This record gives sequence, C-alpha cells and structure tokens, in this order.
Amino acid sequence: MSEPPPNSLIAVAMSGGVDSSTVAALLQREGHRLVGMTMQLWNQRRLPEMQVEGATGRCCSLDDVYDARAVANVLGIPYYVVNFEDRFEETVVKPFVDEYLAGRTPIPCTLCNNHVKFDQFLDMADGVGAGYIATGHYARVSFNSESGRYEMRTGMDLGKDQTYFLFGLKQHQLARTLFPLGGMTKPQVRALAAELGIPTAAKHDSQEICFVPNGDYAGFIDAYFKERGIAREATHGEIVDKEGKVLAEHEGVHHYTVGQRKGLRIAAPEPLYVIATNPQTQQVIVGQGTDLYRESLVAKDVNWVSIAPITEPRAAQVKIRNRHEPAEAVLYPTGAQDRVEVRFLSPQRAVTPGQAAVIYDRDLVLAGGWIE
Amino acid sequence: MYYFDHNATTPIAPAVLELLQKVQAEVWGNPSSIHTPGQRARQCVETARSQVAQLLNCDPKEIVFTSGGTESDNLAVLGAPQGHVVTTAIEHPAILGAAKHQADCTIVPVDANGLVDPEDIRKALRPDTTIVSVMHANNETGVIQPIEAISAIAREAGILFHSDGVQAAAKIPVDVRALGVDLYSLTAHKFSGPKGIGALYVRDGVKLNQRQFGGRHERERRAGTENVAGIAALGAACALPKPEVGALRDRLEQGLLARIPDAHVNSAGAPRTPNTTNIRFPGLEGEALVIALDLAGFAVSSGAACSSGAVTPSHVLTAMGLSTAEARASIRFSLGRTNTEEQVDALIAAVEKATARLRKLAPAHV
Repeated sequence: MSEPPPNSLIAVAMSGGVDSSTVAALLQREGHRLVGMTMQLWNQRRLPEMQVEGATGRCCSLDDVYDARAVANVLGIPYYVVNFEDRFEETVVKPFVDEYLAGRTPIPCTLCNNHVKFDQFLDMADGVGAGYIATGHYARVSFNSESGRYEMRTGMDLGKDQTYFLFGLKQHQLARTLFPLGGMTKPQVRALAAELGIPTAAKHDSQEICFVPNGDYAGFIDAYFKERGIAREATHGEIVDKEGKVLAEHEGVHHYTVGQRKGLRIAAPEPLYVIATNPQTQQVIVGQGTDLYRESLVAKDVNWVSIAPITEPRAAQVKIRNRHEPAEAVLYPTGAQDRVEVRFLSPQRAVTPGQAAVIYDRDLVLAGGWIE
Repeated sequence: MYYFDHNATTPIAPAVLELLQKVQAEVWGNPSSIHTPGQRARQCVETARSQVAQLLNCDPKEIVFTSGGTESDNLAVLGAPQGHVVTTAIEHPAILGAAKHQADCTIVPVDANGLVDPEDIRKALRPDTTIVSVMHANNETGVIQPIEAISAIAREAGILFHSDGVQAAAKIPVDVRALGVDLYSLTAHKFSGPKGIGALYVRDGVKLNQRQFGGRHERERRAGTENVAGIAALGAACALPKPEVGALRDRLEQGLLARIPDAHVNSAGAPRTPNTTNIRFPGLEGEALVIALDLAGFAVSSGAACSSGAVTPSHVLTAMGLSTAEARASIRFSLGRTNTEEQVDALIAAVEKATARLRKLAPAHV
C-alpha cells in the first residue's frame, strides 16, 4: 500500500460487519473521499433447500445490506450494492463444488479474494474513478523501496490474521489496496467502532462459508445440482487399508477429508484415520495416526508475494491450514517459478492436497500456493 | 444532480405539491360522511375523478382509485374471473407476478424490437382464457405496443383486455375508447404526481372480483377510505400539460451515438414514448456506468433493482433476444419536464468520459 494521494477516491468494500464499517469510518475521519460498496455475491434465497430459519449475519443477506447502507448513511458517503453473482458462481461456487466432489477440501475464501474481491471489485473501483480499494481484512501491506515490491505481513492480531486467504494477491493489486485494520486487534477495532458511533459495533463475526451458512456442504451441492437439473451419479466406494484390504464401504469420497477420524464406523484395535482419498477409484485409504505425517510437500500455482521467486533454498515457516501453527521448513526451487518444494524440519500431520500452503518469514508473507 | 430517470419516478410538480399539502391540511373529512366536512372531501375526490377521466377520455364513474400501478395491475389480473391469463414477456412484475397467481398463464414473446405480434396473442387464447394483459408503453425501452389491434382480438373472442398504461399515461395521448381496452392502469408518480396513488380504468359494464374487503368505497370495487389528498394531487397531475421532451431525447440519443463508438439504441425500430431511450454500450458494465454517472451528478438506470438494491439484467431486454452481457451493457435514459438542453449536453459529455474509462477495463469483464 502506498498512502493514497489526498482527495483520491477510495472504494470501501462494506459487508455490513463491524470490520469493514470501521474501515469506512476510519478513512473518513482521516479525510479521504469514499464510496461504499457491498458486493452481492450469492442470493441466499436461491436454493429453497438451504433456507435456514432465523439465520442472520450471513454474507449478502438483506440484513447485511441494510446494515452496510445504514453505516454509509450515518457517514454520509455514497453507497451502492454491486452485483457480482455471475462472477462469484463461475469462479468460486463451481470450483468449490468440483473440488469438494473430487474429495478435496476447497477454500472458497481464497478463490473469492483472487477472482472477485481483488479483481472484479478493483475493476469496478476503476470504472467509477476510485484509484484505491479498502477492505476490513486483517493484514498489512507496505512498499519496500529496496526490493521495489509491495510486501504483505500478518495482521497484528494473530487470532484474526487473514493472510492465509490473501496469498494470491499480485503486486498491482497490493499497490491499490488498503487494509486499515492490519495494525489493530479485534478488541481495538470494536472499541474504535463504538467510539466512531458505528451502528454495527456489537455485531457478531461471520463464521461459516458465506454461501453455505449452515455449514452443510453436501446439502448445498445436492440443492445446487437439483436447481441446475444435473443428475448426480450415486457415488460409493471402498474403504481400504494401506495394503488395499477392503474394510468397509462408503457413499462417496467427498464425505471424507484427510485426517478425519470420526464417522468411519470400522472397528479396529488402534484408532483409524483417513490418510488419503482417491476420487478416480472412489477409494478412501485409512491408516494409523502416524501414517498421516509427511516430511514434505510440493505447492503449485505459487504466487510470490513479498519476494521474487527463489533460486536457491531458503528457510521459512509454512502454514498448511488456516488454524495451523506455521511449521519450520526449507524451501527448494523446482525449476518452475510457480512450483516450490517445502521440506519440513519435523513431519506435519494431515498435509491435504487442494489446501493452500502459505509461506512466511516470521510476519512477512513470502508466497503461497496449492498443495499437490 | 441532473435527473434522467423519470421512468422510475418523477419529481412532484410545484402546483401539484401545493394542492397536495393544502388538501392534506384542510380537507380532512371522510368522503363517506354525510356532513359538510365529508362532503367537501367527496367533492375533492370527484373533481379529481373527472380530471383522470378527461385524461383517458372515459366517464368518471369508470375510474377506480388505487394505491398505485401495482395495485391497479393486480386488481385487473386477479379481479378477472379465475382462468387462463395471456400476457407478454416484457410486462412489469406487477402483471407477471399476478398472472402466476391466476389459474394458468401464457407468456407471449416479443420480437427483437420489443414489439408483440397481435397474432401471437390470438394464438395463445384458449377457451378458458379470462383476461389478456399487454402493456401500453414499456418502462425500459419506451416501446409502444399495437394496443388497438390486440384489443380487437380480445374483444372478438369475448375476453377482457387490460393494458398497463403506467409508462404511457400523460406522456402520449391515451384514449381508452379508441384503444378498445376494458381495463387500464396508471399511477401518479410517473407524471409529476405523488407516490402511493393511482387509478384503474374499469369500462362500464365490466365486473371485477373484489381483491380487498371492507367498506363499499369506489362503487364496491376497492374498499378503504380514500386517500383524498393523493387523489386530488393525481387529478391535478393529469391536468398538467404533457412534457415536451421528444426533441431533447433525440438530441441525447444522437449525441451519444455520434460521440461513443459502437453505441446502439435498443428498440430503435419500434414506436417509442418520446421521453425514453435505452442505449447499449457493447462490452461495458452498465452497473459501473450508472454508479460512475451518479458520482458525477447524473441519475440514470440500468436493468432492474433486486431486493438488495443490486442490479439484475433487464428481463425486458433479454426477452428481446439480448444476451445477459448485452442487457447488462444497456442504460436507460428517461427524460422529464425539468430537463434542459444544457443538462442533456452535460450528460453526453459525462457518458463519453465514463465510457472511455470503462472501455479501458472492458476486457477484464468479458
């Protein structure tokens, strides 16, 4: 982030939650010209089977739009709801469904950041004459004049840090993006929101994936396929051990994730875990807890954030899940700039293909990619 | 702020506002009361009824006051006997929604200019058809439908014929006798009147089923104490001279076509209301253009607003065969009595500037 020139117009992505509302109030207090926008990403009333009585605070609900509009009115800034539903369905929902059915655990938030929030929204900002966008993400961006690169660092509030989902941001996106909350803790944000008189100061944080508010992914996919008239082939397969011995049957690999222990319903002297799934053969491979540990991984589609692609080994810490303590590792170049090998100093549990591996040097986000 | 969205609503005319406030303050009686304050209110209502009747060339007793266009449309479609409805793909949701609550409905398509072929209406008729509803002028494109030809077909078949005249009344001449309609909807706020008041023309002899129940108001066609001030204001708005905006609209259209590459007028080949033009800017995102123009001080519109306020592609344009992307690239400009040449020229310059900026981004949107 470079400090926006005075009087430049900033488009604030307003979800109706306390974080983005505070961003708008904060930037306004600093004297910036603002335009507030709420991205309409998914029609929560679209799939009748997914209607949840009394569910509130889910993304893109009318309540959230109402809240965002109320904040914009209090601040006296222009405000619009922008319709990104088509792009969201193409670049987030469909890949989510495909990944899930392929037995991988998708991360729609990262896809949304890469393809919607920091792409289409940035274009929309451009289109209306806003040179910068601002969001309520917990991350920090600064410009390193020595390297000539924009650098991303974890949010100061490590409990709220969102860099795991932001590793896909390119230099041109970072150059125009403001994360005003990156240097604050959540309690500080709430206190500031109250001080600024933001109507949503006490609102709860959103938790689940926004378009599956009840967390029932399989139910969502069933409802989505039904709406689109796609007949799903019944999926079933075998649960096997490492030697290939059939232990049980199951109703589709997408019901299983690597590391899962519950729901296998197989009697065994030692607890059994899912150690791999194979969507082609519809096999779920189970083993002991020790079988889950891996010493290395290869990440593909790597985006180098704060540094140029490495040409020689480099020490780093790597997160393989959002709630994963970054593990000490050494990075090795693979010959292709968008692939990198990660060798952990101690083996890591449940390295899951399809999940993101995000690479840090302490608080600095070096790169991120998808586990092969 | 220069306002070019008069098909959404219009600013109330000063004389109409003055009357509205005066009646609201002074004529507070209930028109159904037998005493003097009530009689005064009744007089206001009946004066307005005559003014509306004069606008439509009908008898005052054929006018039923309603809360606006949606209620008038609903009353016509749902007040008709239970049965099959024939309507078109470009109707307002007040018609399409009501038609789905009738026993059955057939939605007749339109051609690339947004025109209904009367023969398609004829083919859609069934023995159980009880009402045909075709809008007079379209809100998105301004296209004027061949109402006389369609009403003749309905009359011949002995079927009720309704036309939604919300976007036509007080913009183009409306003579319900010449049009041959049985039912005709209008609403005050589209022609310099207040919101929340409208009317339904019900031809003498046409019997509608009641849609709301209560007192015996409006000759038992619409229960509820009359909105006296609103009705008076509607009457006054009907008596205003029609806005002369055809030349301004043409100036805007020609200016935009001359200055913006690829710009294209939707429905250019059909008769249109003189205040409306719908222009497609291929490859651009209409939503961004609307926002950019608003920030620059010009109010225009694109598509339809969904419940959140986000824009969805116009079902009218997609019914004409435009792709979703083409519909999203289209902007509606609708003029009214306060617009001037200077405003139109400023708008042309602002659209040129905004489209040039958006065009640089266009490939990312495709």
